[in-house]
Parts: sequence; C-alpha cells; structure tokens
Amino acid sequence: MTADTHPRSMPGWLIAPKNILVFLLRSPTSAFGLAVLALLILTAIFAPLLATHDPYVQALGNVLKPPGDGHLFGTDELGRDIFSRLVYGARITLTIIFLVSIVVGPIGLVIGTSAGYLGGKFDTVMMRITDIFLSFPSLILSLAFVAALGPSLNNAIIAIALTSWPPIARLARAEAMTFRNADYIAAARLQGASATRIIVKSIMPMCLPSVLIRLTLNMATVILTAAGLGFLGLGAQPPMPEWGAMIATGRRYMLDSWWLVTFPGVSILSVSLAFNLLGDGLRDALDPKQMNRR
Amino acid sequence: MSVSVDVCDLSISFGSGATAVKVLPGVSFSVRSGECFGLVGESGSGKSTVLRCVSMLTDFWKGEVMIDGRSVRDLPLIERCRTLQMVFQDPYGSLHPRQSVRTVLNEPLVIHKLGDREERMRRAITDVGLPVSFLDRFPHQLSGGQRQRVAIARALILEPSLLLLDEPTSALDVSVQAEILNLLQRLRAERGFTYIMVTHDLAVVDHMCDRFAVMLRGEVTEILPHEAIATNGATHPYARELIGASLEYEGVR
Repeated sequence: MTADTHPRSMPGWLIAPKNILVFLLRSPTSAFGLAVLALLILTAIFAPLLATHDPYVQALGNVLKPPGDGHLFGTDELGRDIFSRLVYGARITLTIIFLVSIVVGPIGLVIGTSAGYLGGKFDTVMMRITDIFLSFPSLILSLAFVAALGPSLNNAIIAIALTSWPPIARLARAEAMTFRNADYIAAARLQGASATRIIVKSIMPMCLPSVLIRLTLNMATVILTAAGLGFLGLGAQPPMPEWGAMIATGRRYMLDSWWLVTFPGVSILSVSLAFNLLGDGLRDALDPKQMNRR
Repeated sequence: MSVSVDVCDLSISFGSGATAVKVLPGVSFSVRSGECFGLVGESGSGKSTVLRCVSMLTDFWKGEVMIDGRSVRDLPLIERCRTLQMVFQDPYGSLHPRQSVRTVLNEPLVIHKLGDREERMRRAITDVGLPVSFLDRFPHQLSGGQRQRVAIARALILEPSLLLLDEPTSALDVSVQAEILNLLQRLRAERGFTYIMVTHDLAVVDHMCDRFAVMLRGEVTEILPHEAIATNGATHPYARELIGASLEYEGVR
C-alpha cells in the first residue's frame, strides 16, 4: 500500500524496451543488424576521430592508389582517402534516414489512423491520394520530384519522404480499422473522449509497433533510393562524400581501380541488409503473441 | 442518484435500400428508478443492440429513449457520460491492452476535468474489491475476473446513475461470475444504481433483476417480474418455452 505513492512509475516503460533488446540479441540475424547499426552510428558520431585524412582534401599527385600505404581503402581519382570519405559518408546516410523517418513516420501514422478510424469521405479522399502516390515506382517519383526541385541532398530527402509515406499510411489505416470497433474504443467513446483523443491515445499505440517495423524495413529502401539519386547526380552534390555519389564517380575507373566502387558498395549493402534484418527481428519481437511471454 | 429509463418504440435497421435489415422493429419498455431490469432472449434477438442504442454508441435509431424524462439525444455529451456507463461482455477486449489500470481510470477524469484524481481512482479501485497497488498493472497482468472488476471501476469512476451491463459475466468462470454478480448487487445497494442487464442466463436474472423482458427477433414478447421464473408464469408461448427450458436445465443440474 506504500509502493503506489509515486504516480508515474510505469514499470512497463522501462521493461518493454529492454526485453525487446534482449529478444533481438538472442537471434543471430537481428543481432548482426543491431551490431552493424551500432557501428554506423558510432562511426558517424566519432567520424573526426576515426578518419585518417580530411575527406575533402585532394592530393593530385596521389590519385587512384590501391589500399594500403597509409590509405586503408586506397584513394580516389582526386587523391582523396576513401576510408575517410566512407566514415564521413556515414553521417550523410544517417541524416537521410533520420530525417526521412521523422517526416514519414508521423505523417503516415496520422493520415492512416485518422482515415481508418473516421472512415467515410475523409477515408476515401486520403486513400485515393495514397493510391496516386503508390501507383508510381518510388524511385521514379523521387526522381521526378528532385528534377522539379533541383538536385541537392535536402531536396533528395524531401523527395524520398514524399514517396515513402503512403505504404505506412495504408498499413496504419488497415490496423486502425481492426481496432475501431473494439470494446475499449466504445468504452472511450462512452467516457466522452473526442475522436482526436481516441486516435492519439487508443488507436496510435496499437498501430505503432507495425509502423515501426515497416519504417525499419523501409530504411533499407530509403538508403538505396538515396544512393540511387546520388548515383544519378540528383542527390548529394560532388564534394560531399555520399556513398551513392562515390560509386557514380568511381564507375569510370572501375576496371583498373576496383576499390573505388567496392567499399562504398559494401557499405550500402551491409547497412541496408542490417536494416532489413533488424526489421525482421523487430517484427518477431513486437508480435502481440509474444506479449504474454514478457 | 438513480434515474428511470423509458424506451418508447425504439427501432433500428442496418444497411439501406432493399438489403436493409430491421434489427429492432419497435421496442418499448420502462425501467423504474433504482430497478434492475433484465433483457433476455436468444442470440441475435437484439438485446445488445438495445443497450448500444440507449448509450448512443449507435445513434441512427428512431423512437425515443428518455432518461428521467429527458431524451437521451438532447443530453449534452458530458452530461450523458456522467449519467450512463456501460460494462462490456468480454473483459479481454474491453480494456486497452497497452494502458495501465491507472491510465484507464485517469482518462475519464481528465476528459471531464475532475479534481482529486488520485483519490477518486483509489476509491474506484477499492470499491470493486481490488487493492490500490493494482493501479500500476497492465491488463495482461490481470485475470479475467480482475479485468471485469477494472472495467466496472472504469464505469463507476464518472459516478453515473445508470449502468448498462452487456452480459457482464458470460465470459467468466462460474465461481468468478458469482463474485462479479455479488459485487454488482452490493454496488446497487450502496449507490442505488439503475441497471439494465443483458444476459442469457435466467438464473442470473432471478438472482439480480426485479423485472425482465423476453426478447424475440427484436421485439419484447413479454415483461415479467423475476418471481415468474420459478413458477413459469409467462403467458407468451416463446417466453414459456424459454423459461421452461431453463428450469428443466437447472433441474437436471
């Protein structure tokens, strides 16, 4: 009778994330995903410490040097150290993922849950809009947006965000529709809760796990789209060490200097693979059937 | 604290045009202030629909529902919520799986801007016979009976005068059923609630209700006092058959 004096001590808040982490680490694939992502984040944070050279300084007397001899991954066509550029590129990749997720997640969640809960005309209008976005391949649509907005990293992020919210809205809507007739929603309505309150407090927490999973799986696509845009010259602009752009410029020297494209390529591959594996792991960890085990 | 309910010619149909299904052709009954009124009948006879109409969860019905002489349609939302509350059939589906008991009980207090929240929550949870420490539990940490107690506490916290009980015990184990029924009876004796209770179980009606209505295909066939069960005093053939079947079953048991 004394333990209940602190009103906001919710043990579920701390226990759930810890249990999810333990669950993820138990399976080798998602543990690998987590490890790669931890490495990516640490690399991005400690880039100035890890980088052996300045990623922007050119050394024209030292171009296209193979790995070794002071340059871990060799140098590119302008004599810049590839390892340092990869390390700084991690920052760009993380920025893209972070900004896209922060824009796409809430937009998709709000549109999807309100369409699913409110139904009627609002639902019809919103879903036709998502239909329009979904009827284009996302890369083509982002290409069109970037072409219209002008090539730059920020515009690439906006374009990717614009093209990747519809699947999330769809998912959230489908989830919301399964919950809208639940008894606890009826109870909330009987207590006088407004539609906004019900959506935010009752529906969104139920849709959040699947949206998070979808967002994580989406990150792989985001990285690939960003790299694709970079490769086509529509994303990050030349001096920036963006991985896709590095591959694009290295392509010309690929036959003689394999290290120019291999290392950025491996980075893109492993990070998008890591996100896919983590997303799969999260799907298992957040499955409602597993809830009872915690 | 208690209110009377008059349901007059309540009708509702689902769907439109040629495919419309008339679920309630026209239900009328009245519940006296402080009474426990039972609604019995086979599955699909429209018992729960009546409750959903009275509570305005479904609002496209025709007819009139008067609570203490005022139409339920004219009650402002806030006042309606503080007049009537509902307890649902399935305690596993009626509590939000990700909200702690504290959140469940706190929400209505926040919506209605009521003070002394901690005090009110403690009172509600002890009223339904649970320790105060249960406030920090989540639904999956509770048993079925405990969940139903929380659901009752949620209905009580706004201090309504009319409780709509939609088969509050049918999803529970027999021994737990008795506990919940006794709890509901104790609350009625203490607070003088008016109950409208939907159930399949005539033994529950006999135990709880003063009068009950037998429903068949959306219509009230007969309204009887609970004493009519033991003697099978029904006059309508369907009501006679239903009570007879129940008595026979009880006898065998």
